[in-house]
Amino acid sequence: MNNAAKTLVRVDNLKKYFPIYQGVILQQHVGDIKAVDDVSFVIYQGETLGLVGETGSGKTTVGRTMLRLYEPTAGKIFFEDTDLTEMQGGDLRKIRARMQMIFQDPYASLNPRMTVGSILSAPLEVHGYWKGREKRERVDNLLEMVGLNPDFVNRYPHEFSGGQRQRICIARALALNPDLVVCDEPISSLDVSIQAQVVNLLEELQHKLGLTYLFIAHDLSMVRHISDRMAVMYLGKIVELADRNEIYLRSLHPYTQALMSAVPMPDPDAARSRKRIILEGDIPSPANPPKGCNFNTRCPFAKEICFEQDPDYREIKPGHWVACHFAEDFL
Amino acid sequence: MTPLMDLKNLRVRFHTDEGMVKAVNGVSYAMEPGEILGVVGESGCGKSVHALSIMRLIQTPPGKIESGQVIFNDRDLLKLSESEMRHVRGREIAMIFQDPMTSLNPVYTVGFQIVEALKLHKGLDEKAARERAAELLTLVGIPGARQRLDDYPHQFSGGMRQRAMIAMALSCEPQLLIADEPTTALDVTIQAQIVDLVIRLQQELGMAVMWITHDLGVVAEMAYKINVMYAGYIIERGQVRDIYKKTRHPYTIGLLGSLPRIDEPPGTKLVSIPGLPPDLLALPTGCPFYARCTYRVERCLEENPSLEEADGVEHTVACWRWEHIAGRVSS
Repeated sequence: MNNAAKTLVRVDNLKKYFPIYQGVILQQHVGDIKAVDDVSFVIYQGETLGLVGETGSGKTTVGRTMLRLYEPTAGKIFFEDTDLTEMQGGDLRKIRARMQMIFQDPYASLNPRMTVGSILSAPLEVHGYWKGREKRERVDNLLEMVGLNPDFVNRYPHEFSGGQRQRICIARALALNPDLVVCDEPISSLDVSIQAQVVNLLEELQHKLGLTYLFIAHDLSMVRHISDRMAVMYLGKIVELADRNEIYLRSLHPYTQALMSAVPMPDPDAARSRKRIILEGDIPSPANPPKGCNFNTRCPFAKEICFEQDPDYREIKPGHWVACHFAEDFL
Repeated sequence: MTPLMDLKNLRVRFHTDEGMVKAVNGVSYAMEPGEILGVVGESGCGKSVHALSIMRLIQTPPGKIESGQVIFNDRDLLKLSESEMRHVRGREIAMIFQDPMTSLNPVYTVGFQIVEALKLHKGLDEKAARERAAELLTLVGIPGARQRLDDYPHQFSGGMRQRAMIAMALSCEPQLLIADEPTTALDVTIQAQIVDLVIRLQQELGMAVMWITHDLGVVAEMAYKINVMYAGYIIERGQVRDIYKKTRHPYTIGLLGSLPRIDEPPGTKLVSIPGLPPDLLALPTGCPFYARCTYRVERCLEENPSLEEADGVEHTVACWRWEHIAGRVSS
């Protein structure tokens, strides 16, 4: 991405804490799950920003909070020049038409009692743009766009395979001509050969319609494939963000390095000859993150300062952001 | 060398209300002692059903092993009585599953569940069994094993539960460990830990491992041989390098093309396989891959190819056109 690219979304110091209560009658607020803890990034118009991280790293919460499906605990979210955190009611609904979401599970995210036609008309009706024949044409169009036969409008979700359902979800997300689509693990529940079909479709639609994606997934190879830039999350924080090549070839955070080296490679020679960094242990609980750097419990390079001070998230060279005390040493 | 297991023409059917599901359609292969075999395929290809049939864990009805032999240690497992089979399970062949949470009993401690197996199969007394259980948990890399014996499964993380399952599977030193998608539910860094652990244990204990997965990436690193399955058939089988470097079946080629590589150059397009796998209720008479194949000719519609020798060592392919494909790929 060049610097001239227009910023579509800017997220500043976003936090989302889920409170933990104890007790049945006198509920006491005993702590917080820091699902997203001080995250900042921008998404440029027309790009795909990939967001990777392990279970519990907060990547889904970032996506949902960004669309204000969750109320942020702190921080600002700008969509073009509008501050989403200040918006309420009707205004918010109106701007939401421009940002849509595709969910992980195409079985849970489609109402089994609604036909494909009514699923796709629902957003058109809510926002009242299309009526009567125009609406029916729009639905046909959408189905064609995602590679489904328009004759399927009267069928129910259970008549479709997982990959086809995900296509319906994509069509629904595109119904209102959004600018931004948050794809939350859109392919993780699909078979390998179907994953490639859906990813190719997403790429093709982006090209055709000028969409901007936030692509959230745990499959690093796939995220790297589809993204222009990638952000890596660990325990509620972004630890590194850079261009897709930069982050693979010159990653500066030890977690990113371990993650990249652990990705399975479908090539026996390459897989057996490369050096793998095997991290010990598990990701700590976000309710009780370690003091200092979040990664200090698993980091092979942790020194004294890492247990005392949280590293700054800083732009170490143009477009390359990292949060590690020793990132300069890896340069 | 006499093979550890010799599978001959295994056929498994499920008789359902909708009709007969042809889940496994004549699978034959042999496994050497100490070998790591990767079994690769998508949902519904019969990879899990064939493994469950080896263990005789297919629920009958609706399932039925129609024909075939599973020669293991010079006897046919399919002919053993249920009580004889109970001695094979766990002691000679052990199995671990995808979801460690549902395979562990939540109301018993982890220690109790491992001790139970040791008392039953090894005839150890309580004290010796507990001692051995602690050793096993240490072997699979659970820190503080002795204390953790009294923990319940919910107190373990996903990766630790899978380690506990592996410890349980190893408790009777089986000659064959069947691992059915053991890392699918786990994160990349934890997956790397488990893969590493299994390779280490396989080398230390000399047991054979059958690793069932949908991910051609995971097995590239560890397997000696690979079976690729589709619609209940083995459609390609060979040594790991031949499968990845001299890929001959159009389905295997498609699977590899669908998989992005973490080290791929920018602008790489995924080559997806069009369409969906065939309905196992109504398999075509010809090649099961016909409908999705880009190399198909008329013969493929009429006659289903069986596995035949292709180029490479012990490399077999079920495709009429593999020689044509070999010429195309190398030129």
